Amino acid sequence: MRRTTLGGKVFRAVLWVAFGLFFLFPLYAMADFSTRNLIAGGRTMAAWKNLVADEALYQAIVISLLLAVFTVVAMLLVLVPTMIWVRLRAPWAKGMVEFLCLLPLTIPALVIVVGLRNVYLWVTYFLGESALTLTFVYVVLVLPFAYRAIDAALSSIDLQTLAEAARSLGAGWPTTILRVVVPNIWSGILSAAFISIAVVLGEYTIASLSGYETLQVQIVQIGKTDGATSVAASLAVLLFGFVLLLILSLVTRGRRRVQGVTA
Amino acid sequence: MRRLREGLPLLPFLAVVVIFLIIPTVTVIVSAVYADGVFSFARIQALFSGTALSALAKSVLLSGSTAIIGAILGAVLAWLIVSSPPTSMVRRAVISLCSVLAQFGGVALAFAFLATVGLNGVLTLWVQQVFGLNLAGSGWLYSLTGLILVYTYFQIPLMVIVFVPALEGLRDQWREAAVSLGASTWRYWREVAVPLLTPAFLGSVLLLFANAFAAYATAAALVSQGSPIVPLLIRSALTSEVVLGQSGFAYALALEMIVVVALVMVAYSALVRRTARWLR
Repeated sequence: MRRTTLGGKVFRAVLWVAFGLFFLFPLYAMADFSTRNLIAGGRTMAAWKNLVADEALYQAIVISLLLAVFTVVAMLLVLVPTMIWVRLRAPWAKGMVEFLCLLPLTIPALVIVVGLRNVYLWVTYFLGESALTLTFVYVVLVLPFAYRAIDAALSSIDLQTLAEAARSLGAGWPTTILRVVVPNIWSGILSAAFISIAVVLGEYTIASLSGYETLQVQIVQIGKTDGATSVAASLAVLLFGFVLLLILSLVTRGRRRVQGVTA
Repeated sequence: MRRLREGLPLLPFLAVVVIFLIIPTVTVIVSAVYADGVFSFARIQALFSGTALSALAKSVLLSGSTAIIGAILGAVLAWLIVSSPPTSMVRRAVISLCSVLAQFGGVALAFAFLATVGLNGVLTLWVQQVFGLNLAGSGWLYSLTGLILVYTYFQIPLMVIVFVPALEGLRDQWREAAVSLGASTWRYWREVAVPLLTPAFLGSVLLLFANAFAAYATAAALVSQGSPIVPLLIRSALTSEVVLGQSGFAYALALEMIVVVALVMVAYSALVRRTARWLR
């Protein structure tokens, strides 16, 4: 892989340029498309202003951000204590928890939404009709990503010793988890949170087929009449996700392996 | 008794997973063969109608072609990334961009291509001005060809993400051993690296296939009418419940999707186990 010949260098440079064009040109086109003024010529920021000026779109953005926050909080509340407990007290359940966490990778979101009708009849019966009830199913969607991030962080600390030390000094379980373990797996929690935010903001399948007006649903809706605004919102979401993940890769320094969808 | 006490704190987690993942999946499987409390194959039979079969064929064609194109190009890009310094900013940026496009793109990718080669797309207008050709003519972007192009845009990054660890698993010592025994770079790749990477590569092809087969958002945003592929057929079955039995049809189609994805993923995990023997 350490080719230093001129031919090798030129070959590599050509490949980089080709991939760069294929991946960056559509993004550039989005920026161009969303800022051009087709009628008068020149540039306009009208489409970008619509992100806050368009009432429906703005509402959808607020809903999606709220959903992201709720999902992150719920995911952390459900997953972190469970994973700590499994490692400390119930190692026999580790295989099962891992299997269940990774399961959403093999069950398409589309399948979940088809079978979700009856479950959501009950959810809306108890909690009322609100897009925020999507939180529950989103927690399931982000499980594989969150599990991997938190699992990696937990593996890198000596959890047993930490917990025993805290417990022998008189800390209860809540104190042990919140004030001893959590500060030590902070990077894993941050990864899990960031990736979950990216998933929730990009989710379309479940929201649209359950009939809730989240950001992505609204983007598609608006796209039927006003392409520029949809393109602007799409680009904003992509850039936001990119910045989140880039910050993450800088925060979790070193050569942490990038784990994708591999099980 | 002790297990019960130990298991109690796992209940909230189990409840969420069972209610929002297991129950919906079981609902799909059961409803595909049970109609109004009676066991019947009527819904399954609908899968062998012309519409459903043609959607399945197109889905397989779309997933298969983009899996192969994506895997080959993605492997090349992964090699480019791995052979650049691990801490470089370019590498971090490329990997971050890949994960965004591969995992969270969805609807946005459809709009990226509408802005590029759609009716008023940037490239379309540019080509029209310079060459006088109409790039967006005949609406190919909304057909299977268009879907293949757009899917490739997220398949290549996914390949990068799953293939970079495999490439990183190739140890320098193996190369040094080969070279010190007199192998050329070409021979090293042909006789050492490629055979080692083949199971990982084939596994990734399967993963990409499953990913494309189950993808919905991009296609749904791009194709608003008609349902050429299985996910879109599920959408029309779900949203047009006025037609008698259409909802049942959605269950059958969803079952079909579970079966296809499960088969592919089983083969995938077999290949991954093979890879794990050599790498890392």
